[in-house]
Amino acid sequence: MTAQGPIAAAAEIARTTFAVPGVHCAGCISKIEKGLEGLPGLVSARLNVTTRQLHVAHEPALQVPALVEAIGRIGFEAQPLTEAAVVRKDGESRRLLRATAVAGFASMNVMLLSVSVWSGATGATRDLFHLLSGLIAIPTVAYSGQPFFRSAWNAVKRGRTNMDVPISIGVLLVTALSLYEALTSGPHAYFDGAVMLLFFLLIGRMLDSVMRDRARDGVTALLKQTAPGALVAHADGGSEWVRAEALEPGMRMLVAAGERLAADGVIEEGASSLDRSLLTGESAPVRVQPGEAVHAGTLNLGGPLTVRVTATGADTSVAEIARLMDEAGQGRSRYVRIADRAARLYAPAVHTLAAASFVTWLLLGAGAHQALLIAAAVLIITCPCALGLAVPAAQIVTAGSLMRAGVLVKDGSALERLAEADRALFDKTGTLTLGRPELTNAEALSGEQRGVALALARVSRHPLSDAVRRAFEAEGVVAAAVTDLVEEPGFGIRGKVYGRTVTLGRGEMEDTLSCVLAVEGERPVTLRFADRLRPDAAEMLKRLEAMGIDCSVASGDSAASVGRALAELNLTAQTSMSPQDKLDLIARLQRAGSKVLMVGDGLNDGPALAAGHVSLAPGSASDVGQNAADAVFLGDSLLPVAKAVAAARRTMRVVRQNFAIAIGYNVVAVPLAFAGLVTPLVAAVAMSGSSIIVVANALRLRNAAR
Amino acid sequence: MSGLAILIPVALFLGLAGLAAFFWAMRDGQFEDMDGAGMRILIDDED
Repeated sequence: MTAQGPIAAAAEIARTTFAVPGVHCAGCISKIEKGLEGLPGLVSARLNVTTRQLHVAHEPALQVPALVEAIGRIGFEAQPLTEAAVVRKDGESRRLLRATAVAGFASMNVMLLSVSVWSGATGATRDLFHLLSGLIAIPTVAYSGQPFFRSAWNAVKRGRTNMDVPISIGVLLVTALSLYEALTSGPHAYFDGAVMLLFFLLIGRMLDSVMRDRARDGVTALLKQTAPGALVAHADGGSEWVRAEALEPGMRMLVAAGERLAADGVIEEGASSLDRSLLTGESAPVRVQPGEAVHAGTLNLGGPLTVRVTATGADTSVAEIARLMDEAGQGRSRYVRIADRAARLYAPAVHTLAAASFVTWLLLGAGAHQALLIAAAVLIITCPCALGLAVPAAQIVTAGSLMRAGVLVKDGSALERLAEADRALFDKTGTLTLGRPELTNAEALSGEQRGVALALARVSRHPLSDAVRRAFEAEGVVAAAVTDLVEEPGFGIRGKVYGRTVTLGRGEMEDTLSCVLAVEGERPVTLRFADRLRPDAAEMLKRLEAMGIDCSVASGDSAASVGRALAELNLTAQTSMSPQDKLDLIARLQRAGSKVLMVGDGLNDGPALAAGHVSLAPGSASDVGQNAADAVFLGDSLLPVAKAVAAARRTMRVVRQNFAIAIGYNVVAVPLAFAGLVTPLVAAVAMSGSSIIVVANALRLRNAAR
Repeated sequence: MSGLAILIPVALFLGLAGLAAFFWAMRDGQFEDMDGAGMRILIDDED
């Protein structure tokens, strides 16, 4: 069921991956794949519903904008993805899944043999079963244990300890001792314990990794690349679409209305107004003329522009922001996750206990062999099986719940940091507000005029046309039958209704967001637009305050426009802030002991998002914002921000309960092990029992995001 | 007891076969699109 183009594989085939966020059903698959079938130059197209990505193989002659347009005609919005954004096939989850499969296979077979031993096999049969168990267990430990050994080794090399150190020592010691037991026909071999321990722990690791993958896929599907590329004019009059990475200084970009600039440059032809809010946070559009410098990431609102490229990629103004982000992100990488903090206390305690039991039994007159066996039993019983599951199980259940509520959390550490936040900073444009123009005076139009406006607006992808279309489609207005529709770049749209000329286009007041609907023979009507607050902003702030989180605004916009937009929210605000100012503000707050939750969307918020103790970005944010944030929330409403904080706090409560359960189990089990009463059977039952309790407790979080 | 000589290798072989099948399926990309795989059954393929 893969769409096949009419032309067979040519010498060179380009592969492009698109994010198609709108797909969700079987109908979408067949619509897109069949719809693309027969497109000249297409080799194959296959849609992945899980990742919401469309993989297209095509001839280089079939250019990316043409593909986007073709998918658009079928009724889906598509964004080309850069190579870096496409998920690698052989990721960490894959390796963990393989290790888990091997450990699962081994633990089942070893358990089969162990149950026979427990039910009374003796003599040669028992020795044979122990040897067979060892034959299965030792390669399994060598293969499936690698993630733990590697991480433990890395920690030990740097003189630190983490959860994997006691796990590795426990597993290796127990395996070695069991091998000795098996070879000397001893009564107890703990191969089942070692392998089962690895199996349970790998499940925890896998959950953690799958959660990160799922969120990353979700975010990738959303990524609106600020400007994936540009149409470049050739000297001979032709034009070609060039990816942003391949743009070079001196090229001439043709930027249509509604497009973002892919590189810094100087305007050669055309006059327009530019929306720089993604870069600076300023919401008012700026007029530009030939000769003026313009920056990558700005949105062209007015007429078509020809821009000579002066800087690309790492040289653009955006790159300065990237540099700030790199520096800002370093603080966060020093964050130590709760499981590792627990391990710092836990590991020395466990090792001391095991050593103490060894010495005690030696002093009591037991042989070295028996003392070592008891020490190993202590190690395996205290091995943080439940602890290893305590954190990831709770976090993945919450992450799943939040995902259903429209929040994509990128990893478990984000949830831990989110729970600690006690101060919130919000960007204004695009974060507290929708960041797009909304029609404010729809009532100025008569019913008939609305139909005409909708019909005209549907033709264009200009942001103001989009606003008109959204407003009237939501009202259920039926579009008028307009013929001879023409979009005139730089002016607007022209058409005819029953012989009368109608236009929707630029007004006289060019500094504010407005356009004029003119119907021949009637008085022209000016439509006004403004950036509105997101729904539930006030409710979200109330909930955050109730949780003891102080909120304020840090905006790059002017004081006047921040005041206007936020009048009803009663928030303190700092205005006209550069990205560096926002960074300084966060640094000051964090030095004073606050844990800052940063919520922002623009390129200018990137450094602040990376610097905050934890950060959130809306799904409409720039790619930089979404990449820097710990979590992305979908939809227009701001309520998910409060829900995410509440869910994160509930998760941490459950994690602490899980720790308490795991420690409570140790308090009971360790004296038994110390007394030499723990046989392999007791160890196996205790281990699975505590793991099941911990996972069951975590499952209580499945509605955490309500 | 002689039954063990047959049963244990059989049990191990079946387990290994399952493991091998899982690895093959993973390499073959059958877990790439879990949601889509279920949906594709519903598409009528008439051409």
